Amino acid sequence: MNKLVKTIPWLLIAVLGAFALSAIALNRGENVSALWFITAALCVYALAYRFYAAWLAATVLVLDESRATPAERLDNGRDFVPTHKWIVFGHHFAAIAGPGPLVGPTLAAQFGYLPGTLWIILGAVIGGCVQDMVILFLSTRRNARSLGQMARDELGPLGGTAALIGTFTIMIILIAVLGLIVVNAMKHSPWATFTVSATIPIAMIVGIYMRYLRPGQVLEASLIGVLLLLLSVVGGRYIDADETLRVIFDREGLTLAWWIMAYGFAAAILPVWLLLAPRDYLSTYMKAGTITLLAVAIITLQPTIKMPAITPFIDGTGPIFGGKLFPFVFITIACGAISGFHSLIASGTTPKLLSNERDIRMIGYGGMLLESFVAIMAMIAATVLEPGVFFAINSGVGVVGADAATAVAKISSWGYPVTVEQMQLLAKQMGEESLFARTGGAPSLAVGMASIFGSAFGESLLALWYHFAIMFEAIFILTTLDAGTRVGRFMLQDMLGNIWPKMGETSWTPSVILTSALVVSGWGYFLYIGVIDPNGGVNILWPLFGIANQMLAAIALCVATGILIKSGKQKYAWVTGLPLTWLIIITSTAAYQKIASTDIRIGFFAAANDLSDKLAAGSLSLEKAKIAPKLIFNLQFDAWLTVFFVILLWLIVFDMLRVAVRTLNGLPVLPLTESPHSPSRLVEDWVRD
Amino acid sequence: MLSSFKKAWRLLRRLSGDDAYEQYLTHYALKHSGNDEHPLLSKAEFFKQWQDEKWNGIKRCC
Repeated sequence: MNKLVKTIPWLLIAVLGAFALSAIALNRGENVSALWFITAALCVYALAYRFYAAWLAATVLVLDESRATPAERLDNGRDFVPTHKWIVFGHHFAAIAGPGPLVGPTLAAQFGYLPGTLWIILGAVIGGCVQDMVILFLSTRRNARSLGQMARDELGPLGGTAALIGTFTIMIILIAVLGLIVVNAMKHSPWATFTVSATIPIAMIVGIYMRYLRPGQVLEASLIGVLLLLLSVVGGRYIDADETLRVIFDREGLTLAWWIMAYGFAAAILPVWLLLAPRDYLSTYMKAGTITLLAVAIITLQPTIKMPAITPFIDGTGPIFGGKLFPFVFITIACGAISGFHSLIASGTTPKLLSNERDIRMIGYGGMLLESFVAIMAMIAATVLEPGVFFAINSGVGVVGADAATAVAKISSWGYPVTVEQMQLLAKQMGEESLFARTGGAPSLAVGMASIFGSAFGESLLALWYHFAIMFEAIFILTTLDAGTRVGRFMLQDMLGNIWPKMGETSWTPSVILTSALVVSGWGYFLYIGVIDPNGGVNILWPLFGIANQMLAAIALCVATGILIKSGKQKYAWVTGLPLTWLIIITSTAAYQKIASTDIRIGFFAAANDLSDKLAAGSLSLEKAKIAPKLIFNLQFDAWLTVFFVILLWLIVFDMLRVAVRTLNGLPVLPLTESPHSPSRLVEDWVRD
Repeated sequence: MLSSFKKAWRLLRRLSGDDAYEQYLTHYALKHSGNDEHPLLSKAEFFKQWQDEKWNGIKRCC
């Protein structure tokens, strides 16, 4: 009887979830409410957490509540500190949630709302959440060691090196594409450029306040910072209206790209307390506040989805990026469903805070569920726009033409009607000159968010909401950019330190300047090419980033699968083996197409050859002919980079299989490096708050 | 009502690191009091070390 009472609510959730999923999947032609998306997602998350994650915790990983965690055993009151699970959850989520789950779904909306939504939900519960949870568990059992160290210790030097190189390259590509998104959001927008620039001095004020004026008063300083940020959003309108001031901030994409590179370099060499740390505080508050606001707005207003379930662009002819539904929807969504980068956080700071192993399920699995939910909201914000408007904002001039009339004619001819007047009115409402070809996802997400917020708080505030949304995206994109540049610098110093020990000293100024400059020129190169590319650059950079990110996830899952097999759990190795197989299939297919496809919008070599043929035939305009050699070189470079990614991926897959086969045949392999069991002494109450 | 506000405030302070020094004082009293090797740090000194250490390694993601 008791069992039945417990089962009934879960049955109801299952029925409701199935109903909501079929409502969004089977709907054709009628407008569907965003509430169905939220319902479907929440029901699937609840079931997965209650049953799958619980089974993983109890049967596969066998979490042990009585076992002391590294935080307890190595407690030093600083980085290793046993912490209450909600606090750890907060830190973990703040670390994993970046701009990825906002941008990926926005771009993937070109296939229609359905494919992206299904992958965000299913990919998370079967892939992303499992990866985060298993890696967090493995690292917790190994004194909070990093993914790279675990790969080296458990698989061998090859795995370790692959993880290190993978991390470094993904960082470079990631920063470039994020920089490009910010540039596209600020291009010829004095308001946005002013607001985004203002975040730098504001962060410095906050930094000085909490370091020297009132040391340690974090919340006080943050409050001042948040108020100043909001003021800068409002202030941007006056800058925009002022004829002399607006020209200072009205800039070409290329100029803004140089500014961002200078900023990235400065952020990597300046002390963290001045820029990085305070900016991170501000971006975390903004992120938490805006995402909560968006969730509340979507749930209360229940906006209608205007995008069709599936568009004809699943055949690979999409204007935002080229490539068929399979495999590119998976590559594009990336972080919202499964993100390799999370495995670095789950084997970094988080396991040093965990006070009990039983919290691993909530923090690892639950944290990723919340990230997936953020991606669902981004998908909603992108698809509440009229499809014609969505494509007008997100299609590069290389695809639809630079002229407004040509662009609307082309987009309308796809079956998504839009007019020049409609776009002009929208731009005026949002306080922008033009919204055509504002690629990268940030402007269309901001328009979507502004229209959701605007219908709740009044249309007259649309321009403010738009620039608030741009500021919100830019501030944490820049946080990832400067934190990433700094981490890249440390990694490079570490690698160079193997050759020349002096270079490895993180505080030796010549080394700091050299390695920072190297890292900035690494991503600066891709950013530069992305900005001058007439197709918008996102078409090239985002798939490259997606491939790199999914490859890192595959590396993490290889480590996880290898360790499961070594620990005698081969019966359960499929929990990581299944998502791993899928990732190998999609990254290899995507990489193969990026290398070998004859479609110039997909294949790098095909595009390079096409461009050199045109250059040789003299059929390019003077302006295009000037940049063509750079673009050709870059396309070839990207192709070789993709080849490199695939080789790296397969090397580590074979290394893992080698370890697995040897284990199963009883041959010697590297020993497990799990720390021995030591009983937990933590009395429940005093340490868990 | 009041207690849940207090709870939320405590959570916010803990999450943001606003109470890091208080935490350190508790840790110090428990583990190092009367130990000359680890002199008690002032709030400003402690905050400097805490902040610099926090930013060592990968902290932010995509």
